[in-house]
Amino acid sequence: MYPYYEPDWSVLPPENNRRFNPAFNMATIRQAFTEAVERVRMPTPTRLRDLIRQIRAARTAAEERAVVNKECAYIRSTFREEDSVWRCRNIAKLLYIHMLGYPAHFGQLECLKLTASTRFTDKRIGYLGAMLLLDERQDVHLLITNCLKNDLNSSTQFVVGLALCTLGAIASPEMARDLASEVERLMKSPNTYIRKKATLCAFRVIRRVPELMEIFLPATRSLLSEKNHGILITGVTLITEMCENSADTLLHFKKIVPNLVRILKNLILGGYSPEHDVSGVSDPFLQVKILRLLRILGHNDVDASEAMNDILAQVATNTETSKNVGNTILYETVLSIMDIRSEGGLRVLAVNILGRFLLNSDKNIRYVALNTLLRTVHADTSAVQRHRTTILECLKDPDVSIRRRAMELSFALINAQNIRTMTKELLLFLEKADPEFKAQCSSGMILAAERYSPNARWHLDTQLSVLIAAGNYVRDDVVSSTIQLVSSSPVAEQTYITNRFWESLQVANHCEDKQPLLQVAVWAIGEYGDLFMYGPNEDEFERPNESDLIAMFHKFLTSAQVSITSKQYALVSLAKLSTRLQNCVEEIQALITSFGSHLNVDLQQRGVEFTQLFGTYKNLRPPLLEKMPPMQISRISSQNGESSGSYDDNSPDLIENGIGIGDEQLGKESNMNTMGDNTNILLDLLGGTDLTSPTATDLSNSVAVQRKNSKNANETSNNQAILDLLDLDISASTTTNTATNMNNVLGLDLSGSLSTSIPTTTATNGNDLSSIMSLSGNGLGGGGATVSGSGLLGSNSILAQPGNGLISDLGSPVANVTPPTSNNAAVPQGPTLTVLDKNDLLVQLVPVRNSDCLQIFMTTTNNSTNTLEQYVFQAAVPKVFTLQMLSPSGSVLPPGGIITQEMRVVSTSNAILRMRLRISYFVDGQPVVEQTEVTGFPDATPE
Amino acid sequence: MMLFMLLFSRQGKLRLQKWYMAYPDKVKKKITRELVTTILARKPKMCSFLEWKDCKIVYKRYASLYFCCAIEQNDNELLTLEIIHRYVELLDKYFGSVCELDIIFNFEKAYFILDELLIGGEIQETSKKNVLKAIASQDLLQEDEAVEGTLRDIGLL
Repeated sequence: MYPYYEPDWSVLPPENNRRFNPAFNMATIRQAFTEAVERVRMPTPTRLRDLIRQIRAARTAAEERAVVNKECAYIRSTFREEDSVWRCRNIAKLLYIHMLGYPAHFGQLECLKLTASTRFTDKRIGYLGAMLLLDERQDVHLLITNCLKNDLNSSTQFVVGLALCTLGAIASPEMARDLASEVERLMKSPNTYIRKKATLCAFRVIRRVPELMEIFLPATRSLLSEKNHGILITGVTLITEMCENSADTLLHFKKIVPNLVRILKNLILGGYSPEHDVSGVSDPFLQVKILRLLRILGHNDVDASEAMNDILAQVATNTETSKNVGNTILYETVLSIMDIRSEGGLRVLAVNILGRFLLNSDKNIRYVALNTLLRTVHADTSAVQRHRTTILECLKDPDVSIRRRAMELSFALINAQNIRTMTKELLLFLEKADPEFKAQCSSGMILAAERYSPNARWHLDTQLSVLIAAGNYVRDDVVSSTIQLVSSSPVAEQTYITNRFWESLQVANHCEDKQPLLQVAVWAIGEYGDLFMYGPNEDEFERPNESDLIAMFHKFLTSAQVSITSKQYALVSLAKLSTRLQNCVEEIQALITSFGSHLNVDLQQRGVEFTQLFGTYKNLRPPLLEKMPPMQISRISSQNGESSGSYDDNSPDLIENGIGIGDEQLGKESNMNTMGDNTNILLDLLGGTDLTSPTATDLSNSVAVQRKNSKNANETSNNQAILDLLDLDISASTTTNTATNMNNVLGLDLSGSLSTSIPTTTATNGNDLSSIMSLSGNGLGGGGATVSGSGLLGSNSILAQPGNGLISDLGSPVANVTPPTSNNAAVPQGPTLTVLDKNDLLVQLVPVRNSDCLQIFMTTTNNSTNTLEQYVFQAAVPKVFTLQMLSPSGSVLPPGGIITQEMRVVSTSNAILRMRLRISYFVDGQPVVEQTEVTGFPDATPE
Repeated sequence: MMLFMLLFSRQGKLRLQKWYMAYPDKVKKKITRELVTTILARKPKMCSFLEWKDCKIVYKRYASLYFCCAIEQNDNELLTLEIIHRYVELLDKYFGSVCELDIIFNFEKAYFILDELLIGGEIQETSKKNVLKAIASQDLLQEDEAVEGTLRDIGLL
């Protein structure tokens, strides 16, 4: 196409190259003269050409460095000697050295000396050096400003041109201010060469100092009536910049819409002009600039949009699309149509152009089309929907960035009508996709299925297919959401999907590279083992016999390729199966018991604990391992149904829940920060996730219990009951070592079930509570306060994110439990004052009257999805009170995080306590300050 | 607005750099290094655009040279390809079937041509003829000076 596409470069140095050179003859003469002169004057510096050749001849980096260093030393010495004859040549060499990455800042001043020279050659190199070597920190800018000022007044147009060009490239705000008036004067010059350059300089000046816009406004008026394209394009550029800068100017320029339309019309309808033609399109550069300005002028403006509708339609239909140039213009036209208040038909036309782009053989055009569609899909879904098949085709594109865009766009296009076909295509894509896509794609598919699935079976099948296709790249949220989904499905579907899971496990290799699938499958088999083995078999699945099933579990549990997390799932599942299967209980017991000496602490603990269920606590096993109630957790609504359910009946189900979901938590443990899932506070407490030592478990449990508990207290005081129940259990579990853990996991729930039947146990409450508190090393703030011992909470704290749903869910069902009287002073019982509930930030105060002061516990809960940083809570009280503020529990609030702080107020008179609060924090780097005043405290006077 | 333009060879050697934003030298070097590695690592069947920090990178390879421009989010990347192409055409016209060596040995000329095409990262002239005319006149001005200077040096003037 063009000669420079040819890879065979000429190897001859240019001077031996006999190609046409406009300055060839003159150059030869000059060279002859220079050589003659050089013969007379010794020594002369190396010529630029020779230096380049020397550097290129260097074989190693060290050799090159030696050449450069020698030359640099020489150049420095000539600079010191103020050699003005060879300054130009030396600077040129220095610029070459600079490009190779060597320091060249010592040439800055010499560049300025060159620009001050009277010779044009010197100026040309001097300004080039200034553009390359100076940056804005340099104090030499004052000097260059002076040089520029002189040259802007030169009588030679090229000298003025050089100065303008330099100003356009390196204008700093100070230079812009100093030279703005000169630029404005030159913008009115009759010389088009100077005028166009001055106009772009004005553009640059405004970029750097927007306030200077005013002075250029009058000069812009005549720019658009010029014929010269240079003036037109620079003028349009300048006006665009002005319009983007201020709304007033935008309004001022609304009147030029007809002018722009006329220029554009002339361009597309006017005859062939060889000067500005690019592959059959007349001045695409100017056209694009005008279209862009039209887009800004027509944005949200019905009248202006009306005035440009026709011309946009003309451009859209008349532009030749076989080359990149035409598509460039079409692309800009589409952007303009989408951005202004254009007619419906025009919008359809625009989307269709993008649809055609998608079929283009040029990958750049496909990329641009997908990008633009992605931007417009939310505004105009139906039009984009029509190109769905083409977009799906792009999923197979060889270019990875196109595939990524196509995938994003596909997800944006999924709706209830097309979910089946889209999912089918995306599954195909997912199977073959690069690993980097798999996680994003699988999570996206799960979300889409959650929103639009036509029926439960389809949803389950899709979930299974995603787990199979994405293998180990599945994010952990997919595992938990699948379990939730299965758990809340009707019985028939549970049977069906368990069978499907079993089938998928039969396929070789599934256990190693599809661990998420393995986890979900063993969970389902354990949970619904009885249905799976002995329930109605409507779909006529082939059922394994019990020993096959156990053999499969044995394989997983002993395989080195299966992760600990998956084994945890499998072990719990196996324990559950022991109550579901009819024959193989001994085998199961043997397998579980073998884990009592497993190297992994967690698996060992599970082994030991479950073994207990086969021995001493045999009678507890069936009720403990009963089926979980359906989980109604939906990530969208953030409800925490399962815990409410469990408290509701106060039945042994609670235990099930605990164990089951505890596992799920363990599953998440490996990737804790993926999900801000506020589901299972209860569960990670029970699961015993950080099992470094039995005591640590105790602590984490008790801490977590308190944590949950105090959260409840925000809403209701009834939660005392739960607190008591849990305490009971923990106090009991402080006796022995290994057995403790088991009690802790299981006993917790036992107490839950015992609560109603044995009310006398509450008698020990006070003691237990205080002992726990001392263990955890944290003041249990009470109603408003939460425990903040993050060290103890360890990993739990990340998972245990509170949600409103939980609080209310827990609150209401518990209401039917009679709250026992507590004599613990640390637990505040007072009205909760909500002082701020704004931007999803909830600040509450719980005042508690003490013998000598009024304690006020402040709790801040971040219910937003942002992380709040540098959270500071300040309070002020009238002078008759003294206020003591203890240090807060933290200053950073992650989503769902809590900060607590205790205040103590002592009054010296009978005045009523008022408190002024100032709450400040940073969200997304933006400071937020809230102020409020609180009254309604109980009497602060000491009794 | 174009933020900067880089020319580099297939071996990753920088051949030309034009900055329209004031970055400190260190940052310039870092950007150059990053972009050169990223672009050289891209396969030929990939598209010419990258999203990089808060700007878009448009690059195109002509023989052994990569032309790489950074533009703002609002700019038209297809048009930037046209600008690159226009620059290549101008170099080609000026040097007569340009090659990498021309740009190495006459890098200052390559800069001068770019400066007649763009100012402050925006196009100033859409006519090839006008750009070349301006360059030729300025070269002539230099020639005159050279001849005059030489004549004065050897005492003829």
